Amino acid sequence: MRRLAVVSAGVTVPSSTRLLAERLAAAVGEQTSVSVEFVDLRDLATDIANNVVTGFPSPRLSAAIAAVTGADGLIAATPIFTASYSGLFKSFFDVVEQDALVGKPVLIAATGGTARHSLALEHALRPMFTYLRAVVVPTGVYAASEDWASGELGERIARASGELVELMAGRPAVAAPAQEQVIPFEQQLAALRPPPEG
Amino acid sequence: MREMQFGIFTVGDVTTDPTTGHTISEHDRIKAMVTIALKAEEVGLDVFATGEHHNPPFVPSSPTTMLGYIAARTERLILSTSTTLITTNDPVKIAEDYAMLQHLADGRVDLMMGRGNTGPVYPWFGQDIRQGIPLAIENYALLHDLWRKDVVDWQGKFRTPLQGFTSTPRPLDGVPPFVWHGSIRSPEIAEQAAYYGDGFFANNIFWPKEHYIRLIGLYRQRYAHYGHGTPEQAIVGLGGQVFMRRNSQDAVNEFRPYFDNAPVYGHGPSLEDFTEQTPLTVGSPQQVIDRTLTFRESFGDYQRQLFLMDHAGLPLKTVLEQLDLLGEEVVPVLRKEFANGRPESVPDAPTHESLRKVSA
Repeated sequence: MRRLAVVSAGVTVPSSTRLLAERLAAAVGEQTSVSVEFVDLRDLATDIANNVVTGFPSPRLSAAIAAVTGADGLIAATPIFTASYSGLFKSFFDVVEQDALVGKPVLIAATGGTARHSLALEHALRPMFTYLRAVVVPTGVYAASEDWASGELGERIARASGELVELMAGRPAVAAPAQEQVIPFEQQLAALRPPPEG
Repeated sequence: MREMQFGIFTVGDVTTDPTTGHTISEHDRIKAMVTIALKAEEVGLDVFATGEHHNPPFVPSSPTTMLGYIAARTERLILSTSTTLITTNDPVKIAEDYAMLQHLADGRVDLMMGRGNTGPVYPWFGQDIRQGIPLAIENYALLHDLWRKDVVDWQGKFRTPLQGFTSTPRPLDGVPPFVWHGSIRSPEIAEQAAYYGDGFFANNIFWPKEHYIRLIGLYRQRYAHYGHGTPEQAIVGLGGQVFMRRNSQDAVNEFRPYFDNAPVYGHGPSLEDFTEQTPLTVGSPQQVIDRTLTFRESFGDYQRQLFLMDHAGLPLKTVLEQLDLLGEEVVPVLRKEFANGRPESVPDAPTHESLRKVSA
């Protein structure tokens, strides 16, 4: 079974960001057989801050990072604060190893008080995942307060989740992390030798 | 015979004592480092190692000057570094300086190579941190040759070429100082140490052990691959960080403000979390003994254990009390317990004497 990780940076309980993430995960689950693991960053806030300071994750943050990096697909949802993703959301991805999300299918989602912030998905979340060389599905899902009463949100959820399912299906399942790779020392030395003259 | 070496390593930081607000002067800090080194010998430790830094708040920019002075005032202590910057120092100058120190100290010298993680230091010395690994590889290859070949012709990427160059003085008795390669995260450095049959020092004090189990495991396996012995015979050193009082709770209470305000991890995780997740041990001498003995279970029998004792603004008097406890109560038990069940095939930590015998 494919694994889906769902990161939610919602800070209130209950949280509309978590609610949106759940609807997206459920929509994926309706289309394909997946095991879903939720990562609620609120519960990891101190661990994330400590990792920023010390350079290493606590055991439970480490487990959350492993759930994300080991998943076949990722839903990443954040509230929009001050015109961008929340600091907690960014800090979590700051402590994930830089190459750990390469090639990973990602669905980006965000919530906000008004629709005016919807493009934060495009100018903040999408470039961040592009930098990490993840593959972001074309449809991002933004939910403003008024959208919770609209059928259009359901349509966008269906479209975005469909894109994620398609992307996940097209990729081989994520393998267990590779053993430490060593470049043989002679090769490292040889790379530094000056080329023969002539 | 001593099976393992025990000692201390210092960063040489000038940090305000958070309990008094007093900031030690550079002069007093330098003198304190010397006092700490002499104390290490007095209480029966084997090794004193100093860091090398080229930016405040650190004072030890010139390790061989300090170690030469300590050499003149000690008899047994092995003088080492933690680390010598193989990236930004000229390998020719390292070869010369440490061979000179080796003569002055009658062989009581080894070195730990490190890359340095402070970005701006590289350009200050004409280098680029992004070239850290290639610099470490090329510079050490040259240093290795300079100590082993009387006349060196050499050309590389980072340094001006050498033709017919002889590094003087030649190493004492023709035996180069033993080299450890220190790394906190790079498999390339474990591979380098394994290739040369040098020691590998994992400064494990700031991170959880799982990471170092992988790194040391890799070094041991590659050490065997290059034909220097079995994986169990590879030369491993580990860091440690302790604060002790006879009564465990006294240690916690006294150390907490230093921990909470320490450079590197201060204002982050709690003392309790950090002691659980890293080798930091704050408690009674017996707790330090028990914790240190677990290192062998994680990393295998090893050769050198260095403790960080004098950072974060701890007053000199406190550090000297710590060294009394370390030398008188902790290390004698560790020597005995680590020797217990240690296979005959596991080598002792290399010294000038042992290397001289091998080369004779």
